Amino acid sequence: MATKTISVDIKTVKNDVYLVEIFKGLLLTLKHFLKIGAKSAYLAPTERRAGKLSTNNRATIQYPEEKWVPYPQYRGLHRLNKDEQDRTKCVACEMCATACPADCIFIEAERSPWADEFPNDPKREKHPKIYEIDVLRCIFCGFCEEACPCEAIELTEIYDFAAYSRENAVYDKEKLERVYDLTKDGKFYQEGRKLDFEF
Amino acid sequence: MDAFTQNLIFTVLKIAFVLTFTLLGVTMVILAERRFSAFIQDRLGPNRTWFGGLGQSFADGIKLIVKEDVIPNHVDRLVYLLAPVVMMTPALMIGAVIPFGATIPSGELWLPLLGANLENLVLQIANINVGILYFVSVTSIGVYGIVMGGWAQNNKYSLLGALRASAQMISYELPLGLSVVAVVLMAGSLSLGEIVKVQQEGFWFILNFPAFLVFLIAVFAETNRLPFDLAECEQELVAGYHTEYSSMKFGMFLLAEYANLITSSAFIVTLFFGGWDVPFYDETAHGLAGVLLSVIVFAIKISFFVFLFIWVRWSLPRFRYDQLMHLGWKRLLPISLATVVGTAILMVLFKDLYH
Ligand code: SF4
Ligand code: SF4
Repeated sequence: MATKTISVDIKTVKNDVYLVEIFKGLLLTLKHFLKIGAKSAYLAPTERRAGKLSTNNRATIQYPEEKWVPYPQYRGLHRLNKDEQDRTKCVACEMCATACPADCIFIEAERSPWADEFPNDPKREKHPKIYEIDVLRCIFCGFCEEACPCEAIELTEIYDFAAYSRENAVYDKEKLERVYDLTKDGKFYQEGRKLDFEF
Repeated sequence: MDAFTQNLIFTVLKIAFVLTFTLLGVTMVILAERRFSAFIQDRLGPNRTWFGGLGQSFADGIKLIVKEDVIPNHVDRLVYLLAPVVMMTPALMIGAVIPFGATIPSGELWLPLLGANLENLVLQIANINVGILYFVSVTSIGVYGIVMGGWAQNNKYSLLGALRASAQMISYELPLGLSVVAVVLMAGSLSLGEIVKVQQEGFWFILNFPAFLVFLIAVFAETNRLPFDLAECEQELVAGYHTEYSSMKFGMFLLAEYANLITSSAFIVTLFFGGWDVPFYDETAHGLAGVLLSVIVFAIKISFFVFLFIWVRWSLPRFRYDQLMHLGWKRLLPISLATVVGTAILMVLFKDLYH
């Protein structure tokens, strides 16, 4: 392959004087300062995801009032999916707990109340009596989601679930199903919803 | 009440005013720096504390004061403790010679307690006749703070930072001094009050544009601001001369840096933009109101240059060290020499422009 030599002459008089280039640079930053003629590089995605422009067309999102809307593949807080009749999809197979590298899922199985409705489906025979995820230990890798044979556990887009105590950071079945209710239409942040647990 | 007591009272008042102005100014400039840099980068900056972030600097100050004051074991204790003071003191001392407003005529002073025979009140703490020399010498004391800080910490990065600062200061002191000589030639005096008066009667010294440009660049270097902040560049030297300072001692360095910014801007204004001179207006025409206006105009002019400092900092990259030396010795020095000679020749040719 032939080598192509490009010579860039940076030792021109114009560059040597500095002042011309400095002036150009100052003009550019002034445009950003005054918000005229210079588009923020961040503006487009912010606009798309936040549903509206951020305050003053700046890239900053004013957090508690405005919230960033994550992309659909975002791995946030877990939820336990339910079927059409509001029964948990989880069959307590413990695949997720096995796959979990942080060992933060605890499951205790029992015979499910709806076991008789599926006489030919051994999969629905069990359901979790206790299903707990310690989100303080979780590393949000999404392995549980991948391991699950029933698409019962999923990671949602929720990112702001800081808690005041360690106990509150353990999500039980009830909470995880509530998260499902809040996020099933994928519009948690667009609709301005909040997690209504004790934190 | 005799004249001495009067003078004393007014001097104390003036010192209080200048110190308050500088220190309050510092908090505002720090806030402005953070906000403006944010705007330049399409962010918002601190906007929560008090009204739109006005309290941010005070909150930061409280944080710095209550933080644990760590003195590392390996430092040279005395020098370590002295450095922030040596840095801070000259920064505040410079304010002493800057005239910050028009003279208040004796008839306008209504303070009845002070007796009837008041003299004209000059709004300048000390109108010494070597004001410019005072400025040049006091600013160069500031670099001792940096050098001492860098030396005391016993680590190579701080020492390198201090070394760079001192070399840079020496290189840029020359063009700075020479461009001031051009101003002195035009004004025919070393006293700052006189320099302002000459500009007020004639044209502002911005007329001598090359001298202004050299002075501006040299002042950027003297205040260790980007693009000349090689003494503390994070990428190479961690934080340079203040790497191992914590809590309010670090705060003192910060304070001194911004106080320097304000006083340097005040000097640029005094030397080249007519000081407190309000263009096309006779400050003595409306008594006290006119004097007040001159003080406000002076503050506005300073604000513009502070903005320029901030603006340049967030626009330009840092010079490489050899480029810095190249610029200082091979460019600015000849230019400033030529400026001095040129100004002298022009002053002889057009004698009646100023005198
Ligand atoms: S996301 Fe990863 S760490 Fe968290 S519960 Fe699932 S498998 Fe465990
Ligand atoms: S969530 Fe999925 S993998 Fe985990 S126990 Fe339930 S069904 Fe099995």
